[in-house]
Amino acid sequence: MPLHAYLTLAATLFAIGLFGVVTRRNTIGILLGIELMLNAVNINLVAFARFNGDPTGMVFTVFTICITVAEVAVGLALVILIFRIRRTVIADHLDLLRG
Amino acid sequence: MTDSAQFALYCLLLPAGSFLLLAVMAPLRRSGRPAGFISIVFSAAAFGWAGRAWLASSREVFQPPLLWEWIPAEAGPLATVGVLADADSTIMLVLVALVSFLVQVYSLGYLAQEPAPGLGRYYAYQSLFAFSMMGLVLAPNFVQLFICWELVGLCSYLLIGYWYQKPEAARAAVKAFWTTKAGDVGLLIGIVLLWQRTGTFDFLELLMQVDAGTLPLEGLGLVTFCIYLGAVGKSAQFPLHVWLPDAMEGPTPVSALIHAATMVTAGVYLLKRLDWLFALTPDVLALVGWVGAFTALLAATLGCVQSDIKRVLAYSTVSQLGYMMAAIGAGFASAGFLHLLTHGLFKALLFLGAGAVIHAVGSNDIFQMGGLRRSMPQTTIVFLVGTLSLAGIPLFGGFFSKEEILGAVWAGGLTGPFAMLVLAAFLTAFYMFRVVFIAFFGAPAAEGHGGHAGAGHGGVHLHDAPPSMTLPLWLLAILSVGVGLFFTVHHPEPEFAAPGWLTPLAIAVAGGGILLAWLTYHRRAVDAERLAAVFGLVREAALAKFWLDDFFEAVYRGGLLAFSRAVGWMDRYLVDGIVNVLSAWTLVLGDRLRRIQSGQPQDYVYGVAFGLLLLLVLIQWPR
Repeated sequence: MPLHAYLTLAATLFAIGLFGVVTRRNTIGILLGIELMLNAVNINLVAFARFNGDPTGMVFTVFTICITVAEVAVGLALVILIFRIRRTVIADHLDLLRG
Repeated sequence: MTDSAQFALYCLLLPAGSFLLLAVMAPLRRSGRPAGFISIVFSAAAFGWAGRAWLASSREVFQPPLLWEWIPAEAGPLATVGVLADADSTIMLVLVALVSFLVQVYSLGYLAQEPAPGLGRYYAYQSLFAFSMMGLVLAPNFVQLFICWELVGLCSYLLIGYWYQKPEAARAAVKAFWTTKAGDVGLLIGIVLLWQRTGTFDFLELLMQVDAGTLPLEGLGLVTFCIYLGAVGKSAQFPLHVWLPDAMEGPTPVSALIHAATMVTAGVYLLKRLDWLFALTPDVLALVGWVGAFTALLAATLGCVQSDIKRVLAYSTVSQLGYMMAAIGAGFASAGFLHLLTHGLFKALLFLGAGAVIHAVGSNDIFQMGGLRRSMPQTTIVFLVGTLSLAGIPLFGGFFSKEEILGAVWAGGLTGPFAMLVLAAFLTAFYMFRVVFIAFFGAPAAEGHGGHAGAGHGGVHLHDAPPSMTLPLWLLAILSVGVGLFFTVHHPEPEFAAPGWLTPLAIAVAGGGILLAWLTYHRRAVDAERLAAVFGLVREAALAKFWLDDFFEAVYRGGLLAFSRAVGWMDRYLVDGIVNVLSAWTLVLGDRLRRIQSGQPQDYVYGVAFGLLLLLVLIQWPR
């Protein structure tokens, strides 16, 4: 398969993730969207590494996955804490910073 | 380093030291009399050094000034400070130090009733004044001269306003400050213009340029005129003389020191210092002579109608300053300078004598005095000595110098000013003896006649002042007579040929004035009312101070206030308007911008994503 197939997949996945982040009302849904976007980036990295014959991208992907795990752990912890305090995880209700 | 310059430097630094001591050590200053003693000891020492400097300078032939660099520049220092001790400056230094010392001693008695903090403040100002005046006298260049010139103006302001709770005193202080400032602006412009054309502030370098003839002459008249303006303000020449009579609101010793003997003569001293420069511009010199003579006459007529003893003396000071200026204008600056020195002695004496009277009677009004000859014999004698000196009676201090001035003005070919000065001499003798006959001779003022005197000293027997006040008086009286006798015996050769009829004329004019005053106010042979009626119009004008104060007030009201109002309108509506519009815009914009801060993270993500997309499109956009 040519490179652009991978890139198209990654771009589609990124767009879906961004769409989710922007449109989901639920905070957990937003986190899932972020995960999708990160994985789209991972696909890009792996695809370029494969086609350029440079393993750096693959190594980098491993790091990204590790960090993503940590990020999800922190993000979910935050969501749980917010739920305990505000009794809601709907993003529309969380507008304390409104100007 | 020459002896005289070194001694003069010590003399200069002593009052500075005492001022710093009193200024920095607040408890010492607030203690009052101890502060006064310190200031007096320092000024006595300063007088000693001044005397030594004078003696040393009379021995030396040429005295190079003592200089320190002050504003360094690439081509030599831009300004220096230092001490230029020559014959003129050291004799002036002696006068300043002497009068300053005597006045400080006198003030101990005169201001004995003052609260201690106020007295300490007074002595701090006195020390500062002594330092500034000496710095002015010894200045080797225009920069130091101007700084000290302003410093003495400041001290004058502070000391006139010493009783600052009194509205008249505060007002007089401000008036004195602003009026002299009007002249000082001219002086500053003159100094800068002179520097522009010569490249130096230094007196000696300027003198060398003048001697070598390298000083460009065209336009020099403007420079000397501007410098003369400074002297007009400081030395109370017409039309800026209006501040000096009002300055009498200050304590009497202050009037004696600053507004009679030293500071007001600074303008005369400046012109004497620069006589070689003014000699290059005969037009300006003639102006100096005419204005001086006119001032002398004008102030003499004003002195005739005053009933406040200090104001009479103030106008006589203005008048005598006019004499000095007239002599300088005639081209014989040394005659004016000689009168400056003798005048400093006897006018300080007169003021301090008047202070003793005011201290005893509790009023400035001569019609509330009367018959003081019996109750205050010592004061009467010294005041009479001062009056005779001022009137120009032979054997007394002012006779020789006054005659010298008349001779100088005659020799200078200024016939008009000469006539004015002779008339002024007649009036001087008249108004001074008017004061003497009313205040010291005649019947004592009726009790209860003057509300102020009756309230303060009504039942108390009048008597001479305490020794701290009489001692300076006697010293000055002895000096006045001594100087007069010295000049009678040791008649210095004048620079000009005075006509033979001059001495009899001067004596006759002074005698005539005294005679008229005697007839009018002692014998009552001439009715004072009738005499006033003869000079009806002049008298009215003099009582209204020739409407000069009204004129300045009108100028102030009409010109300055209207201008201020216009500027105020501009500030309120134009400047403030622009600022207000800008701030209103900022507020409105901020309010609009606030709306996009929704607090929704998703909106921000949307914004970031959209913005990024926009950037990408912009980058890829075909040019």
